[in-house]
Amino acid sequence: MKAKDGNLFYGSGFPYHHITSLPGKLIVLEGTDGVGRSTQIQLLRTWLETKGYAVSDTGLRRSALTQPGLDAAKSGHTLGRLTMSLFYATDFADRLENNIIPALKAGFYVLSDRYFYSTIARDVVRGADPVWAREMYSFALKPDIVLYLKADVHTLVSRLVHGRGFDYWDSGMDLHLAGNLYDSFQIYQARLIEQFDQMAEEDHFVTLDAARSINALQQDIRRQIQPLLDEDE
Amino acid sequence: MNRPVLKPHNFDGKLIVVEGIDGSGKSTQINLLYKWLQNQGKSVHFSEWNSSALVRSTTKSGKKDKVFTPTTFSLLQATDFADRWENHILPMLKAGVIVLADRYAFTAFARDVARGVSPAWVRNLYSFAPLPDLVFYFQVPVSVATERILSGWTGRSNLKYYEAGMDLGLSDNRVTSFRLFQQRIINEYEQMVPEFGFTVIDGTLPVQDQQHQVRLIVKKALHGWKGLPTPAQLSRALARRAKTEQQTDPAREEKPA
Repeated sequence: MKAKDGNLFYGSGFPYHHITSLPGKLIVLEGTDGVGRSTQIQLLRTWLETKGYAVSDTGLRRSALTQPGLDAAKSGHTLGRLTMSLFYATDFADRLENNIIPALKAGFYVLSDRYFYSTIARDVVRGADPVWAREMYSFALKPDIVLYLKADVHTLVSRLVHGRGFDYWDSGMDLHLAGNLYDSFQIYQARLIEQFDQMAEEDHFVTLDAARSINALQQDIRRQIQPLLDEDE
Repeated sequence: MNRPVLKPHNFDGKLIVVEGIDGSGKSTQINLLYKWLQNQGKSVHFSEWNSSALVRSTTKSGKKDKVFTPTTFSLLQATDFADRWENHILPMLKAGVIVLADRYAFTAFARDVARGVSPAWVRNLYSFAPLPDLVFYFQVPVSVATERILSGWTGRSNLKYYEAGMDLGLSDNRVTSFRLFQQRIINEYEQMVPEFGFTVIDGTLPVQDQQHQVRLIVKKALHGWKGLPTPAQLSRALARRAKTEQQTDPAREEKPA
């Protein structure tokens, strides 16, 4: 990874670690539910591995430390908004320190299925103070590239209906925006997209049209990543 | 970023906090304060650090497997606090209750910084929490606290891994590590005395003397404050009101028996 603006991290990072360089690359795929992130990551992984790069993938809520507790918390009804924000931040920090950074140190290409931007989008839609949330994640590494897969709500609905269906949290039912999953999903996802669009501008995401075919999108993703591979040549 | 950390609150309730290192005697003092306030017929709620049921299993497994880093430890404790804040402390303060907290955000500011996180970062994490009405800081030298803990009169004589700060690698000896870690925590607390206006209590004084001081200060802070009446007080007040209405209502008195 290369330090942008002289800093590998967004803010203070981890003051007790002295990280000056990380030979690997951090590639993030962002976007709301149903844009096809996991499919694209799988394809990208195979492509990179074929080319001889070591790949490690990671995603939200996959930390061994917090996953059981978070799953249990989400199945109950007492999980407050601040508590949820902080619990997700714990999960993110655990993966960053215990998985992502060691993999980057070893020279891996780390493909991250979402990053803290998703968590902030969800928090802010739920009324969190964006400055507070952003400062909380100031320990985060600046990725080498953030690919923002963007699709309109209509496309998302179609994919969900032909995929895993609507779910309580992905529809933002805890926000009481509407009385049913479908209407709630529409409002909630539109608000998330608004947050993503704003971050895309501020944090220089590469926005890609995710309404295209899987193959067309994958070709585009590979084109975007090619310059990172060239740096390693 | 220069936003104020912990703003004063305007809830009907009162928030009183005790802080200090392990073995400073703060829990003893807050228990005595709790009983005293309850005896006066006040509505009191007690909240203890690291006690959220939601987070408990995660904390337990992280401690057991020793997988915490200073950052994840700090974030998980903040999650624990947020859960107690949202589900207990905040509604109680709104209801007009006296909330007694055995440790508060300041514990995180002291311990997590002693572990190596940035002071500004951890202060931001807790910025949703208000500044308490009173913070008692029980000041003791490390030697006194260590002796109290190791003598076992606090109910435990062994030092746990994280409690001793073993994760910092200060020393392979638990007692030595505990001393060094607690000294770092004291240094952080000392800086917070002016920053947050702590009321300092000499934790080496006899328990009764400390409690006497604490009660005087609390009494002063509660002067003229009403708060939420207990159910018994409410029904007595209602009965009194009914009685006075009966006496002053001429229509009722003229009514033939």
